[in-house]
Amino acid sequence: MTKNLRVKSSEYIDETNRISFKFNGKTYHGFKGDTLASALLANDVHLVGRSFKYHRPRGIMTSGSEEPNAIVQVNPGTNRTEPNVRATEVEIYEGLEASSQNCWPSVEFDIGGINNFLSPFFPAGFYYKTFMWPASFWEKYEFFIRHSAGLGKSPTSSDPDIYDHRNIHCDVLVVGAGISGVLAAKNAAKNNFKTLLVEEKNELGGSTIYENNEFNKIDNKASSEWLKKEIEELKGIKNLEIKTRTSVAAYHQYNYLLARENLTDHLEAKDKTNKIRQRLLKIRAKKVILATGALERPLIFNNNDRPGVMLSSAVKKYSEFYGVACGSKNVFFTNNDSAYESALSLYNKGINVEAVIDIREQSESKIVKKVKEAGIKIYWSHTIVDTTGYKRLNSVSIMKLSNDGTSVTGSKISILCDCLGVAGGWTPAVHLYTQSGSKLKFDEEKKVFLPNKNTSEQISVGSCGGDFKIDEIIKNLNQKLKDTLNIKETDLDNIKVEIDQENSKRNIWLLPSDKPLGKTKPFVDYQNDATAKDIKLALREGFRSIEHVKRYTTTGMGTDQGKLGNMHALGIIADTAGVKMGELGTTTFRPPYTPLTFGTIVGRNVGKFFDIFRRTPMNDWHVENKAEFENVGQWKRAWYYPINGENIHQAVQRESKAARESAGILDASTLGKIDIQGSDASEFLNRVYTNAWSKLAIGKCRYGLMLNEDGMVYDDGVTTRLGENHYIMTTTTGGAANVLGKLEDYLQTEWPELDVYLTSVTDHYATASLCGPNSKKILKKIIPDLDLSDENFPHMSFKEANIGSIQCRIMRISFTGEHSYEINVQASYGKDLWKKCMEAGQEFNITPYGTETMHLLRAEKGFIIVGQDTDGTMTPIDLQMDWIVSKKKYDFIGKRSLYRSDTMREDRKQLVGLLTDDPNIVLEEGAQIVSELNQSPVEMLGHVTSSYFSPNLKKSIALAVVRGGKDMMGKKLFVPMENKNINVTVANPVFYDEKNERLNA
Amino acid sequence: MFLINCPYCGERDQQEFKAGGEAHIERPKQPTELSDDEWAEYLFMRKNIKGVQFERWNHAHGCRKWFNMVRDTSNDEIKAIYKMGEKPPAQ
Ligand SMILES: [Zn+2]
Repeated sequence: MTKNLRVKSSEYIDETNRISFKFNGKTYHGFKGDTLASALLANDVHLVGRSFKYHRPRGIMTSGSEEPNAIVQVNPGTNRTEPNVRATEVEIYEGLEASSQNCWPSVEFDIGGINNFLSPFFPAGFYYKTFMWPASFWEKYEFFIRHSAGLGKSPTSSDPDIYDHRNIHCDVLVVGAGISGVLAAKNAAKNNFKTLLVEEKNELGGSTIYENNEFNKIDNKASSEWLKKEIEELKGIKNLEIKTRTSVAAYHQYNYLLARENLTDHLEAKDKTNKIRQRLLKIRAKKVILATGALERPLIFNNNDRPGVMLSSAVKKYSEFYGVACGSKNVFFTNNDSAYESALSLYNKGINVEAVIDIREQSESKIVKKVKEAGIKIYWSHTIVDTTGYKRLNSVSIMKLSNDGTSVTGSKISILCDCLGVAGGWTPAVHLYTQSGSKLKFDEEKKVFLPNKNTSEQISVGSCGGDFKIDEIIKNLNQKLKDTLNIKETDLDNIKVEIDQENSKRNIWLLPSDKPLGKTKPFVDYQNDATAKDIKLALREGFRSIEHVKRYTTTGMGTDQGKLGNMHALGIIADTAGVKMGELGTTTFRPPYTPLTFGTIVGRNVGKFFDIFRRTPMNDWHVENKAEFENVGQWKRAWYYPINGENIHQAVQRESKAARESAGILDASTLGKIDIQGSDASEFLNRVYTNAWSKLAIGKCRYGLMLNEDGMVYDDGVTTRLGENHYIMTTTTGGAANVLGKLEDYLQTEWPELDVYLTSVTDHYATASLCGPNSKKILKKIIPDLDLSDENFPHMSFKEANIGSIQCRIMRISFTGEHSYEINVQASYGKDLWKKCMEAGQEFNITPYGTETMHLLRAEKGFIIVGQDTDGTMTPIDLQMDWIVSKKKYDFIGKRSLYRSDTMREDRKQLVGLLTDDPNIVLEEGAQIVSELNQSPVEMLGHVTSSYFSPNLKKSIALAVVRGGKDMMGKKLFVPMENKNINVTVANPVFYDEKNERLNA
Repeated sequence: MFLINCPYCGERDQQEFKAGGEAHIERPKQPTELSDDEWAEYLFMRKNIKGVQFERWNHAHGCRKWFNMVRDTSNDEIKAIYKMGEKPPAQ
């Protein structure tokens, strides 16, 4: 049976537009304008979820983004499903489905509820204390803990929606469109500031807009009527952009804010398609006006978490804004006047209010008198000591509070009720303020943290700035606006405000019960089931720092970040430890303010837009010829070219043989290329490479090794002298950008006196590397008039030539040990060049080979690959490349470090060759190397860095780094694998053509 | 996310920049003359101050120029920006 608790037609609810939706499989009805929470309450549904640890039944507590309990899974089982959504923020639409989280098999009957009865065994730190011993059992514990932990379910199929990012620059950003935000935005925009007003709800006006406090009047009108007119006027203002359903998630330094604009979540499925669902606004504002309001605090008393216990302000909003009665027998529990507004609001709509329980001794304000006149019973100096009702509040028990507020006296009175509105005062929403780096100060009188020290151009106005009465709000807002915007007049100068509001409040962080604390459940953090008991236990166990207490008890660590209970946690700690709250500090409020979807964070950067990728000018040819590709940095490089169903091994063996026996061709366009010019270019190279460059003749090439200042190998490549003051440097594919950055750094900061200019030309040239004994004949066919004799064009030299009308640079250099040429042409001719080479090479069975074959061929020659055979801990000496380190040069980057005691150690890991005793066994790259098999533990001497089966040598070869390996030539070592031990012998890393005879073949 | 005033380009978002560690650590002119300890001092030792710190920054995705910044690391306030080779402002 469902009751209809709709009490009056509200202007915000469209009762002509009836909407059906499902909650936990059951169909309900609401109206356009309802949230899931208001629609459920109208159907008398309070029980919406189970708590995290004890699985206690929980209901809707609030009407906004601070909701700790009513978090639901929206559209479960679909690819649009989203977990951890606050029911108070979901606008209902036809076809909406939602379900409770954290309960099994159902919210009505939840097996985990047994934890509630076992709760004496689940104190703070339970998991830490119990599951740590014995250590080897952790794996077993983990299985059960993981199984029972977690909120909600993530979608299992890909997200069908589109997300977007937008940059916004504005003069003034106003966050929050309550009365302060609306007035601030209006005055900023009218004074020619480009203004953006963002509001997380779908309506402007905040709580003032539905407030019907007859004692609050502005310009002789009810404050809500007056504000409606102001909002109406916003429409015509230039310079003002308003975004509703937009929640600021993060406030970073320098007024950089991230906000999520929700565009389709409130629409029916059919209206969602092909629209942007959510947009991340990246806002850079010159000035920020925070008008984020205040959150009502609950009170902390025994069993304060039952479904039906709500914030007093939420009870009022449901009745005034949504026209919904949250209960048929309502009681309020308060420490200030706010609850009386709610009580009166219900009374005026004919909703039954049983009593107001007030912990104050009394209050004489007009609103309290009005409640008395209405005949509502007020219990002064009373507190609730217990509540009953498992799935729905059934009654509250009250007792008289002692004068000091620490105990109760007299007899217990029980009051039947199904809804309890709790009013514990107001907490300014300073979350975004602190995210910006600004600092708070505790106001001992108001018992709130208030903005104190701003770090950027910002102001906090309205209740988030500590002003709670409408007259104060407008007066202070006016002054702050004038100061921050540097304006003389505003709309607010002549506003007449009449109010009668008392701010008297009696603050008791933890209310006593007739039972000892140990027998009660006063919840502080509803979502994480942390009670006042847990906090006191943490203090008894020696925790002092608020950050530690928070982690130990998990207070404030839920998806709501403890928006309701954090202040009470601090208050209880301060009271118990006997310190002032101001000295305690606060925990850090971290972004996002409310959870963001992953879709919003990544925006359009999904699928093929996830990362940039780069293709060479020859890419189409590789694709047409069925190459497999590998990612090298951002490049897509041809990996191997399988034919006739070959696997990678077969293709690489074929390609490798062909390159040595006749001719191979490699797309080397991805190598980094840096054009170096200037009268000090030679000197510059002397300083950045380990070897000498001054005497390199024009037209000659040289291999260079570049170190970091710590002496470790950083990059390598061939540099060619094109002219007196002109070089072209090649770098590794992956290192190109970093090398350029590093060289620029030295030029600009250490050696500004050098006349040198660096330009990245990687993308400007396409490079085909032609190799093998027939490479010379092929090149001769392409460029007949170029003298390719060893005398005219020897190894390590360079020629400019023309292929037809296309200019090219040809380097006779080799990374395979074969006679080879690297032909560079303007990038746009790359594919043409490649095709010409293939045509000319056809009679020699020219074979295109990819990066895998390139790696194999160079390994046969013992040539290193920086980043594969080195890892940032290898010096040139470790690599047995002493020959490339100039002893004569006074200095180069990293030279001094080569003489540090640590880099000169003999037992460093050094690069060696490894041969397996069984030539058919190919070692695994990364495999560990040891010298002993019958010892445990055994020292690992090093690891395999490169390993292949060489078709040219018909055996397995490997490179490895081995501690003291230089002096181990011929030594037998072992590579222990999971199922076998492999016997290996240390060898010369140059496996093939040690005398380099093939370079001139 | 800082807003950084590149001395060559003007105000740009932090995304365009790369931080380059502590500033005013000059590479020794004669490294070979230094003891291991002296060289290690240059190579490894950095102050990492909580408070006002002199830093190098590079407009990596812009003009590629290096420059210096004075930043309070406790609140990320950028107190000054000046070109390489220019004198640091008095504290
Ligand atoms: Zn710049």
